[in-house]
Amino acid sequence: MIGLTPSLSRTSASLLALVVLLVALWLGAAIGETAIPMGVVAKTVANRLWDAGYGLDALDEGIIWNYRVSRAIVAACCGSALALSGVVLQSLLRNPLADPYILGISAGASTGAVGVAVLGIGAGLLTLPVGAFVGALLAFGLVSLLAMRAGRGHGAIILAGIAGSQLFNALTSFIVTKAANAEQARAIMFWLLGNLSGVRWPDVWLAVPVAVVGLIVCLWHARALDAFTFGTESAASLGIPVRRVYGVLIGATAMMTAAMVSMVGSIGFVGLVIPHVSRMIVGVRHGLLLPASALIGAVFMIAADIGSRVIIAGQVLPIGVVTALVGAPAFAVILSQRRTVRCSPLAMCRGRRAGFRSSGMSRSTSLRASFSASWGRTAPARPA
Amino acid sequence: MSLLAGLRRPRSGRVLLDGESVDKLGRKEIARRIALVEQQAETSERISARQAVELGRTPHLAPFTPWSATDDDIVDEAIRNVGMAELAARLWHTLSGGERQRLHIARALAQQPQILLLDEPTNHLDVGHQIGLLHLVRQQGLTAVAALHDLNHAAMFCDRVALMSGGRIAALGRPHEVLTGERIRTVFGVDVDVEHEVEGRCHIRYRAPGSPIAERPMLKRIS
Repeated sequence: MIGLTPSLSRTSASLLALVVLLVALWLGAAIGETAIPMGVVAKTVANRLWDAGYGLDALDEGIIWNYRVSRAIVAACCGSALALSGVVLQSLLRNPLADPYILGISAGASTGAVGVAVLGIGAGLLTLPVGAFVGALLAFGLVSLLAMRAGRGHGAIILAGIAGSQLFNALTSFIVTKAANAEQARAIMFWLLGNLSGVRWPDVWLAVPVAVVGLIVCLWHARALDAFTFGTESAASLGIPVRRVYGVLIGATAMMTAAMVSMVGSIGFVGLVIPHVSRMIVGVRHGLLLPASALIGAVFMIAADIGSRVIIAGQVLPIGVVTALVGAPAFAVILSQRRTVRCSPLAMCRGRRAGFRSSGMSRSTSLRASFSASWGRTAPARPA
Repeated sequence: MSLLAGLRRPRSGRVLLDGESVDKLGRKEIARRIALVEQQAETSERISARQAVELGRTPHLAPFTPWSATDDDIVDEAIRNVGMAELAARLWHTLSGGERQRLHIARALAQQPQILLLDEPTNHLDVGHQIGLLHLVRQQGLTAVAALHDLNHAAMFCDRVALMSGGRIAALGRPHEVLTGERIRTVFGVDVDVEHEVEGRCHIRYRAPGSPIAERPMLKRIS
């Protein structure tokens, strides 16, 4: 990559990414319960954007413009935002299992959103996304605090995240059971599983800016994220203002997660799996990894949305179910492959040895080491 | 070490770099002048040896400045200086501890610092790599400050030695002035014989507790 006229390849790569994204959006708008020819989709968009004046069936045009195009755009933004959040959290926390869902950020955002919607917290001043944002930050704060209290041990943050999500999910259920009527309760439960059916154009005006701003903030910190490769201490010694970077990036992650949760509910596995898939394709450098994850996340989410509409004819599956159905096995494959490639026994004994001093040691190595240890495979170690 | 690198703030006193307080300098500014090699910084990312060294350019690059040919040259030179040119394309996790530590030094060199800080850089390395690494650091022509546990390493490679005891400097000076039998006994509680060599260098022989004190006087080797 480096040395091979990077500016030229960067331009063509960006163009390619744009084309892929547009094709995905196009397909997202065309495929559904009523299949609409691709040409009609193009003509609708031309009519609406440039007053092209094609004569089209009003119903088709309505379905495409008011329903599917907006939905595809929100799906794309949602996929990008969650994938970016996953990359950032995995890099900052140096933990391959980190993502907004597992760390309880999504759960916190749900609680915040439900609190605003059902309990009327903020008395109409707080909108749903703001409530979600507050909930997300609260959840992450609580989870970090718990992780710090639990010590720097391996995977403490994941355990804290699990505790946090349980707590916030319980709070959500509590609020719903106590305060919501039956109608609200059903709608909320469906929304919590992740659902794009309610998405319309106003959502686009929240989703697009959030995803774009999130992407820019992350790209701005791409080099800083690279510098975290060898840990926080090392990042600091490379001139990274660690606290500020943490603050900005966690804030951006919370913002992206909260905005998406407030629109489509909490969707798992995208933030976890997409970054790993992207790393396999483009490598670990964030300058490339971040845009690649955003693109792959967007395309995956559009595909998942299409899937949610066509898997069961005449019925819409919650999109969270589709992402989990695809994501869980994909994650299992990634985990087992990585065990052989990255989780060498060397890393394992290093993890143990460094456990005595623990300060600068990678949590992720040790976490994966504990995985391989529990799966009980050993191989001859290479002498250090 | 963390205080010197400006990573932590001193509870009392000040750390000065070229007469300026380190607190006043930005992280980036410090990183352009001081590079730190930790005792064992590890990663589980699939990065290549070269990519690890490229991280050293971080303090010199703004968020959206593209990577330049100059950066490439600096990285190449740093890798050559630590004798890792042939292994530059290898993945990090396939390298031995000694090789990884050399790359950390290359990464530090790519920062183009005035001062190199090394925090117990030879921990977990076999003796060949220990000596090789310290020799390498000496060859770079930089001011280097290293925390070392092995007194003989300090005696062999350092121009000046500060002996730390209970968080304070117990003695500071040329190795043969600082590393005297008496002082080592007070600080570490170990009996030693110190052999003095040329150019103010010395060699320390440790004695097991309870073993009889050597009858011969301290050797002054002439060569």
